[in-house]
Amino acid sequence: MKTTLILTTALTGFGFAAAAQEVNVVSWGGAYEVSQVEAYNKPFTAETGIKVNMIAADNPATPLRAQVEANNVTGDVFDIEVSDAIRLCDEGALVEIDPADLPAAPDGTPAAEDFVPGALQECAVANIVWGTVISYNTTKFEGQAPSTAADFFDTETFPGKRGLPKNPKRTLYLALIADGVPAEEVYDVLGTDEGVERAFAKLDTIKADTVWWDAGAQPVQLLADGEVSMTTVYNGRIFDAIVAENQPFEIIWDGQYMDMDMFVIPKDAPNPEAAMEYLKFATGTQRLADQAKYIAYGPSRKSSASLVGLYQDGKTEMAPHMPTSPEALENAVLDDPEFWADHSAELTERFNSWLASS
Amino acid sequence: MANAALDPHAAIATTASGVGQGVLTTADGRPLARALARSQGRARRKAFLLVLPLLAFILITFVVPIGQMLQRSFYNDGFSVHMPQVSAWFAATERGTPPDDAAWAALAADLTASAEARTIGVVGTRINYDMSGTRSLFTSTGRQVRSGIEPPYDQALLDINPAWGDPMLWSTMREAASPYTANFYLASVDRTRDEQGQIQQVEERQRVYLMLFWRTFWLSAVITALTFVLGFPIAHLLATLPMRKSNLLMILVLLPFWTSLLVRTTSWMVLLQQQGVINDLLVWLGVIGGGERLQMIYNQTGTIIAMTHILLPFMILPLYSVMRTINPSYVRAARSLGATSWTAFRRIYFPQTLPGLGAGAMLVFILAVGYYITPALVGGSSGQLISNMIAQHMTGTLNWSMAAALAALLLGAVLILYWLYDRLVGVDNLKLG
Repeated sequence: MKTTLILTTALTGFGFAAAAQEVNVVSWGGAYEVSQVEAYNKPFTAETGIKVNMIAADNPATPLRAQVEANNVTGDVFDIEVSDAIRLCDEGALVEIDPADLPAAPDGTPAAEDFVPGALQECAVANIVWGTVISYNTTKFEGQAPSTAADFFDTETFPGKRGLPKNPKRTLYLALIADGVPAEEVYDVLGTDEGVERAFAKLDTIKADTVWWDAGAQPVQLLADGEVSMTTVYNGRIFDAIVAENQPFEIIWDGQYMDMDMFVIPKDAPNPEAAMEYLKFATGTQRLADQAKYIAYGPSRKSSASLVGLYQDGKTEMAPHMPTSPEALENAVLDDPEFWADHSAELTERFNSWLASS
Repeated sequence: MANAALDPHAAIATTASGVGQGVLTTADGRPLARALARSQGRARRKAFLLVLPLLAFILITFVVPIGQMLQRSFYNDGFSVHMPQVSAWFAATERGTPPDDAAWAALAADLTASAEARTIGVVGTRINYDMSGTRSLFTSTGRQVRSGIEPPYDQALLDINPAWGDPMLWSTMREAASPYTANFYLASVDRTRDEQGQIQQVEERQRVYLMLFWRTFWLSAVITALTFVLGFPIAHLLATLPMRKSNLLMILVLLPFWTSLLVRTTSWMVLLQQQGVINDLLVWLGVIGGGERLQMIYNQTGTIIAMTHILLPFMILPLYSVMRTINPSYVRAARSLGATSWTAFRRIYFPQTLPGLGAGAMLVFILAVGYYITPALVGGSSGQLISNMIAQHMTGTLNWSMAAALAALLLGAVLILYWLYDRLVGVDNLKLG
């Protein structure tokens, strides 16, 4: 009897401890979630015994904000965009993360120097770098193929409809690049009234030939259906179409728009320790490199680049498909979250007004 | 006789003995009226207890969250709570007072406190709603003053960023110093305030909401009319065919109704796009040349076609249920009295379908006004509705106050239309089935 009691007590205690060891991660779902489960979650649970609950959201920043506003935070780690991470951090909703707490690279380089510029924010650590790139259907351009952002706006030489997202952030920069503005000056130009005028004037030239898309899956579909001959698209999606589905698409890296996804931990997260463990583990050199095996997004650590190997099909070399490859970086615009925190509202209204007028 | 109060018959039976006392009483001498009221009250309370779960459910899941959301449209304390000293200065001074030393000191103290408490972003976001481009002014100044700031504060702040001297900024801060504001509603109708606080239209290139409200109601009306034109004959056919055949046809109406909205919307993309089925067919038939394929989607046309199809069952079903109950002998009687078939339809049949038509039109219109996913997918640039803007403010710019103001205006407009409908047709005439 006594032994049974001790045993059950011990078991209950064990069960309780085990139940407490879990972490809720809110991410974007789809193929991206699969890559995180494979590269981060499985090895994390195997190593620490902490269970990871993956929760999918259209944009995890929305539930994060809702949970903070309602004082009922249920997620521990959120995967959000840089601009949202900075904004929520400024609003005091997130835990500050000291780069010194993050694991160093295998060769001993401290984390603060190992991450790419912009990847370490006060309250956030980037896990992937992803790009918005131009892609075209090769069957539409038999002779001369387009190769630059300017070609995207040249409907004379390269006929056919164009696909663009229905927001100012991922359209105005492209217009300026195509108009000859160097990538590093895009935000300086866009910060002036003349610059905004210039971008809209350039967009005007293809307005009648543009099909506007909203969801990330749409441009791939538009391209596959032949509805557009050229479109901007998220590089991971188009990689999937090219490699996994053998579609006749090509990527133009000129005028790439680079974004990062960031891990953040909200204040009042139910499992703060497990959340921190997860964040440190997932942003380690090997984990980030492993993720590239499942999706064409670039690791945010420099030390991961050399460890990026083959795609899960076992034959496609991933390195050239990374938005962080040297070719991709040649004329790339890096997202400026500060700029968008300031001007997003104004430019969105302007953009919608421009869209609606014929 | 303990149950006398519960049983009215017992009470009435006892009144016979009570005649002559002036007041009717129950057997145990209590006034009958009170006993009855008590027993009925008890029954009412029981009935109320039965609906209480539903009431609580609606209250918790519907009224409270929507109320809270709508509150954001006129209440935003992002500035006033985190900048208490400068808010107090604004409260104590007249509009137009240039900032004095006290104001600068209050501003510096608030900025420092807010930066330390990590709430400076909330403050900057609030001001940025009314004056674009100011968010980073607050956050970057906050980062600098966190390490300390020395008087004179006006000079110190202007050294950090000369934008602090902008009278427009001070005017905007004065507006935000009170948590109650009408500015989100003003912005929802393309209005803004100038330095003196006067209401004026925003620049032409920024105007978008009024036009979208107008477009939303116009397109909803067009879609309602189209569902009526398409749905009326179908409903009539369904109502007059023998049961077995009409049931089969009914399935054809209901099948799309049961199919996922996204599936139906994407099937329209497949059909209507320039490389789609309909265009291919037209080119193959030689009606149009290969180079002149019709643009039927990613514009207003696409929105109208897809939404009409999706909302059609909401028109057909109420019409059908009303038409089923119309006695065919009325029309026959009219014909036998010499009415032409058109007159019989116009004067006898059609008026009897009005309750169903009213219900259907109401359902379709109200659903169309709030439609979101279909216009987002097939609307292109000219087929966007106001709900797409609300969604953008909810999930994109995260300006929930603005989303709430737009939604409140939409709700208000629908309620006004409902009221108009009630005055013109009468809501009692609605018949949903």
